[in-house]
Amino acid sequence: MAQKTAKLANGFEYTPSVGKHPRSLQPSLPARAITKIVLILVAIYFLFPLVWILFTATKTNAEMYSTNPFWFGDKIAIKENYDSLMSWSKGYYWRWVFNSILYSGAAGVIGTFISVSAGYGLAKFKFRGKNGIQLMILAALLMPIALLTVPLYMVMYKTGLTDTAWAIIIPSCVSPFGVFLGRMYAETSVPDELLEAARIDGAGEFRTFFTMVLRLLAPAMVTIFLFIFVATWNNFLLPLMMISSDAKKPVTLGLYGMMSYFDPVYGAVIQGALFGILPLVIIFLFLQRFWQAGLAAGSVKG
Amino acid sequence: MFGWAFLSPFLLFFAFSFLIPIVVSVRAAFFREVSKGGLFGGGEKVETFVGLQNFKEVALGSTFWTGIGRVLLFGAIQIPVMIIGALALALLLDSLLVNRVGFFRLGYFMPYAVPGIVAALVWVYLYNNQIGPVGRVLNIDFFGHTWILAGMANMTTWTFTGYNMLIFLAALQAIPTDLYEAARLDGASEWMIVWKIKVPMVRAAALLAVLLSIIGTVQLFNEPAAMAVKASWMGGSYMPMQMAYNTMVGTVSPSGAGPANAISIMMALVASVLAVIYAWAQKKVD
Repeated sequence: MAQKTAKLANGFEYTPSVGKHPRSLQPSLPARAITKIVLILVAIYFLFPLVWILFTATKTNAEMYSTNPFWFGDKIAIKENYDSLMSWSKGYYWRWVFNSILYSGAAGVIGTFISVSAGYGLAKFKFRGKNGIQLMILAALLMPIALLTVPLYMVMYKTGLTDTAWAIIIPSCVSPFGVFLGRMYAETSVPDELLEAARIDGAGEFRTFFTMVLRLLAPAMVTIFLFIFVATWNNFLLPLMMISSDAKKPVTLGLYGMMSYFDPVYGAVIQGALFGILPLVIIFLFLQRFWQAGLAAGSVKG
Repeated sequence: MFGWAFLSPFLLFFAFSFLIPIVVSVRAAFFREVSKGGLFGGGEKVETFVGLQNFKEVALGSTFWTGIGRVLLFGAIQIPVMIIGALALALLLDSLLVNRVGFFRLGYFMPYAVPGIVAALVWVYLYNNQIGPVGRVLNIDFFGHTWILAGMANMTTWTFTGYNMLIFLAALQAIPTDLYEAARLDGASEWMIVWKIKVPMVRAAALLAVLLSIIGTVQLFNEPAAMAVKASWMGGSYMPMQMAYNTMVGTVSPSGAGPANAISIMMALVASVLAVIYAWAQKKVD
């Protein structure tokens, strides 16, 4: 690419910093080195607990006291710890992971759909009461969600939904942030001309939505799905309140029960934590750019 | 007409899990379950209107306010550390000093993938001064009165700094680079670009990040719940959200839906007052 240059007041040639920055702006070597060291130290702070989990999941209790926390013990006790994990969870462990996938997946799918539908409705239609609704959604964005858990329990109890999957899925579906993102995305990426053309061709509003609009909104949908999925997977207070039977617990609640034991087999519990984290880590790694996109959209709303 | 049609599924779920609970909560806060008496005092429970009594007991008792005090102390230190740290990291990653940001960006964000309660429980093990590397090296009793808030603050900082950093980074990358070009041509140093362009341009993002942090801090639950596994002296109402939960499930007295909802409503009020004060203060500064 041809780059424009200019003479600076002090006689230096100036090159614009498109892509790589010019040599005149190159920071000094010490500055770069210090920055790198700082960044690496910070990275160690954020990552060492995860590394510790990897090694600890393979150790017996005795070796945990005596060995280097960041290396394997003499004996690799993966199998023993796995057996303890299974017997302690009364065989429910994988059921808990499955429950988490089920609750988060269902909330993600339903929540994404109702969010983009609402966002599209707000972006592309004029109707009375629209401003009121938008204000309400904005207020809900800043609502302390955990405080709804106590009254939610009462509503679920009255409707007979406590200790069912619905008690988790229904509240987790509702994402004011999802509606907000859906609306913003619909405003910018669904052209009015396209909708007009569809109307002139005689397509109904719902047909247009399902066949065309949803396709255009796909990137926003992935982001919303991720946000709801992760938020549901990570929620602890809601299942703690709603779910009482072992068979219906999500993995966070199950692990909490195991960790609260008086004298646990640490390796087993840590192995459980590891398996409970892995699905999310994998999702994060593969869908990084959607996180970025969502956060970018979220950060300009202020 | 069609606008409503597209909105209706969301509004249905929203009503069920936001609006109805709020109404139920406000109503319940004015009632209390009272035993009908009976010969042995074990009679059927009856819901009785008690007016403002639930609120009075919460507001006049010291437990709630002690909890709020702890939350305020916690937030006053943890939120600035986290937000300034996140902003500093984002500015470094956005600067010319670093070429490969991918690894750091992902590494700092990784803790966010760990469910809050699991992260808190893992840190409880890390703090353990027999098996945990942090406890062994620092030799601090994180489960005692002196260090427990610091221990929890570290947990939330570890979990959420990367998330806030990404918000800042996204805002920084949305700034058109022409602005930097123009500033450099005018002779601005990189420091001046940071202070005069970058920081002012991420103000909106910062306001949102701080507001969400304040609201999150007031309802802190996972971290104290995890610490309580090892520090039984904390009891059931160390933090306000623990108090609300334990009041609801009956392990703290007076228990039941009425007092629990009164606590929830009071917490929501405190959170909104703090949020409004912060938003107002920032506006004043601008």
